[in-house]
Amino acid sequence: MSTKAVTDTVVPASNSNSIKVLFFARLREKMGFSEVNFALSQAVTVADLQVLLGEQYPHFFDLPQPILVAVNQEFAGPEQLIAIGDEVAFFPPVTGG
Amino acid sequence: MMSVFNVPVDIEVFEEPFSQSDLNARYAKLNLVHGSVGAVVTFLGQVRASGDKTDVTGLVLEHYPGMTERVLRQHVETASSRWPLLGVVLVHRVGAMALGENIVGVIVASAHRQAAFDAVQYLMDFLKHDAPFWKQEVTEKGTDWVEQKQTDVDKIGKW
Repeated sequence: MSTKAVTDTVVPASNSNSIKVLFFARLREKMGFSEVNFALSQAVTVADLQVLLGEQYPHFFDLPQPILVAVNQEFAGPEQLIAIGDEVAFFPPVTGG
Repeated sequence: MMSVFNVPVDIEVFEEPFSQSDLNARYAKLNLVHGSVGAVVTFLGQVRASGDKTDVTGLVLEHYPGMTERVLRQHVETASSRWPLLGVVLVHRVGAMALGENIVGVIVASAHRQAAFDAVQYLMDFLKHDAPFWKQEVTEKGTDWVEQKQTDVDKIGKW
């Protein structure tokens, strides 16, 4: 398989107790980076994570809605729990095909 | 080809251009039993000059590596549980592509045509609804993200 991600800057890891947060398409452009390792002290829900991301990156609250969320590459709702080591992706409605 | 399916499938996401004959060659490699297939339906999606914008000169497609393939596999699995399919090829390009180039290719084989037609429509409707691909149209003035169409969202309801 010859896939290659179309990405911008990656923010380097700062903490081993972290999750990987990914942004795609116009959300990636508005955030200014495609990936960040985000430190968590405990498991949180997707909704909690959105608040935490907004506190650290004020741009996050200005992202165009609706925003889709995937946890470990499966679509997730606001109540889904996120654990250390998980991969959480935020992206706009899809337009493939 | 993946063994988790009850039918032979070939699913791939890649950057290189592909032709109808490349798609046919993939189908041939499924090695379907001669005489069992009664209908083969092929769909090709291509880059056109007029989408959200007019005077489009090309497309750039971004995707979520890993999740894309997972979602495509899930939909092929669901399609093969809903219809008596004998083989599926599903390929999708990412990256930069020119007008007229193929973006997505689907081949479904079945004993009868209705199942093959329905499965192709199902796969394309769900692909456009929740496979993580995002299109950017390229024009002389720059690039713009394509918006999801409500008509594509509405099509999911009929399944």
